[in-house]
Amino acid sequence: MNWLASGLGKDLIGLEPLSADQIHTILDTAEPFKEISERRIKKVPVLRGKTIVNLFFEPSTRTRISFEFAEKRLSADTVNIQTVGSSVVKGETLVDTARNLEAMRIDMVVIRHGSSGAARFLAERIPSNVINGGDGWHEHPTQGLLDLLTIRDRLGKIEGVRVCIVGDILHSRVARSNIYGLVKLGAEVAVCGPPTLLPVGIEQLGVRVIPRLEEAIEWAHVLNVLRLQLERMESGFVPSLREYNRLYGVSSARLGRVPRELLILHPGPMNRGVEIDSDVADGPHSVILNQVTNGVAVRMAVLYLLAGGAPERAESAKAGAEA
Amino acid sequence: MNCQGDGGRPLLLRGGRVVDPSQGIDDVLDVLLRDGRVAGIGRGLGIPDGAHVVECGGHVVMPGLIDLHVHLREPGHEHKETILTGAHAAAAGGFTAVCAMPNTTPAVDDPAAVGFVLAAGQRAGAARVYPLGCISVGQKGERLAEVGEMVEAGAVGITDDGHPVMDSGLMRLALEYARIFGVPVADHPEDLGLSRHGAMNEGLVATRLGLRGKPNASEDVHILRDLLVAELTGGHIHLQHVSTRLGVEAIRRAKERGVRVTAEATPHHLLLTDEACEGYRTEAKMNPPLRSPVDMEAVVAGFQDGTLDVLATDHAPHHYDEKEQAFDDAPNGIVGLETALGLLHTHLVATGVIELPTMVERMSCAPARAFRLPGGTLRSGTPADVTVMDPGARWTVEGRRFLSKSWNTPFEGWDLVGRAVLTVVGGRSVWEAASSQ
Repeated sequence: MNWLASGLGKDLIGLEPLSADQIHTILDTAEPFKEISERRIKKVPVLRGKTIVNLFFEPSTRTRISFEFAEKRLSADTVNIQTVGSSVVKGETLVDTARNLEAMRIDMVVIRHGSSGAARFLAERIPSNVINGGDGWHEHPTQGLLDLLTIRDRLGKIEGVRVCIVGDILHSRVARSNIYGLVKLGAEVAVCGPPTLLPVGIEQLGVRVIPRLEEAIEWAHVLNVLRLQLERMESGFVPSLREYNRLYGVSSARLGRVPRELLILHPGPMNRGVEIDSDVADGPHSVILNQVTNGVAVRMAVLYLLAGGAPERAESAKAGAEA
Repeated sequence: MNCQGDGGRPLLLRGGRVVDPSQGIDDVLDVLLRDGRVAGIGRGLGIPDGAHVVECGGHVVMPGLIDLHVHLREPGHEHKETILTGAHAAAAGGFTAVCAMPNTTPAVDDPAAVGFVLAAGQRAGAARVYPLGCISVGQKGERLAEVGEMVEAGAVGITDDGHPVMDSGLMRLALEYARIFGVPVADHPEDLGLSRHGAMNEGLVATRLGLRGKPNASEDVHILRDLLVAELTGGHIHLQHVSTRLGVEAIRRAKERGVRVTAEATPHHLLLTDEACEGYRTEAKMNPPLRSPVDMEAVVAGFQDGTLDVLATDHAPHHYDEKEQAFDDAPNGIVGLETALGLLHTHLVATGVIELPTMVERMSCAPARAFRLPGGTLRSGTPADVTVMDPGARWTVEGRRFLSKSWNTPFEGWDLVGRAVLTVVGGRSVWEAASSQ
């Protein structure tokens, strides 16, 4: 177990416990890995012989596929477990799932779970590296990292950049990971959304609250627009999707008034016509597909570092050497 | 074996510091127990024929501790606790009597169920077990259970604990109806609309951990409701496990107005805040949740001045499997019977927050008065329920050594000073610490 080489520790549970240096290390390590996905033969032997389980207790297409591509392009052997059809639905506990995985001597687990703390729970109970693929409302660290990488790509820096996260902050693990990562790297961070969807004490995480979208657009260099889950309307947090779109939907009409450059991020999947209008999602401000591309590179970097790869050797690892 | 029977040989507790706030006693004295009753208290009492003498020098002799709020889980959840194990855990913690909450499966909502708990408690032969009955049939919050029948069968109060009584009209009926029998109506104050199935206290810690929070207001609203309805009816409301600053304040004001209210503080709300949930520690998950430092200080102040009359543990055993889950999925509650005395003595008495007699008042005299139970005093002729504490005994909380079936405690590993070395119920020893301790 030589994961200490990367300085990240055994697991990636969230961005909150990481230092700015550790986050920079991951982002810098992702740079050389971007190129692999542009090759004709998209595979390097960095993780050859490593076994990785993608353990998804919640439906996910995008994140799971992104992890799977990252793993396969690094030559790892991967197994996907989805809750449907696994023993989880038969009532097996998370503890027993963990013990069984441990008994099969797997090297790494990517876990997605509906309960906050589930990734940490698993990490504390198995010797394998654990990567949090999203736990409840807590954190989604690789999403946070890919958002940081996308902003850095476009604006050349993160320090001093004004980023406003728009929408359902209360139930969002993406918002929390973004806040921790951005604040640590020196960005100015704001959140904007209906007060029913803002968590108590959010200002104490170092962010300002901007109540109205118009003000947020005036202020920000970057808008990270969150998905509004349909069930939020069903449980009454917002009266209707229509009204939500009128108040918080990002449209080109709203953006039109801003002359300068403004980046639009969205973690996907999008509800077109609810939190974001199609002309914005497909328009010149949008970097949404760059995020998806960067997602694979960031996840390759995290896998490489947790597997014990040295950040300074990422370039040569890319050329064919093993981690 | 009937724990309320006679005690066999007379028992002389000699030379201890006798602390009995019910009589204003705090002095080095002897206490003689005979035929299951307190026979005398004084300096240099003679040794009656055949008496068993316990030297209590350096120890504290007090009226037996009474816990008005425990979950013994039987019937229905015997893997967590039984009346037998719970009654022995209570005795080991220095309690001579406990009040069993009726949220079992099935719920204790009829006289037969009350009789079952009472009989099982007597068979246990440890701490006395007093059942509470449900306020509503099946704890559904719809219509009154047969309160009169349950009281006749031995229930000492009524509560839907675990489920707040959300219907204010039903609470009015309960407070009015219970007056016939002179029993308290105990309520778990929580407005479910405001608490929205939260997993912990609402605040920065919950926001950071990504857990749903319960605001203080969910408890405050319900406490105020209960106080107003008690004032309306003249009934006796007993507010369980008070955890908020405004809740304490509302009770203080209501008492000044003469509302018939008694209220509980738990050891965990006196000593812990929501920071104990860091790291998703499910042993710190409870309802009401651990709150902010400001709330904790208010609970301590209320406990000091008697706004919160009694210490109650809310002993809520859960099997370790059930707590070994993600925070959202784990059940609420912690065990408390075997740590309460040590925690209070170490962290409130030894630190000077309260005097030793105040601790005895909150843990023995006031609980007996609140629920009109025998005990809470060492007056001659009263039942011989006595707790002897070694105030210098140093020990470390190790959950797996509890007599309780469960060890879900946030106090694991805490170093404490002071523990019960002898617990006497009806003149008979039901717990003696090993001499090595």
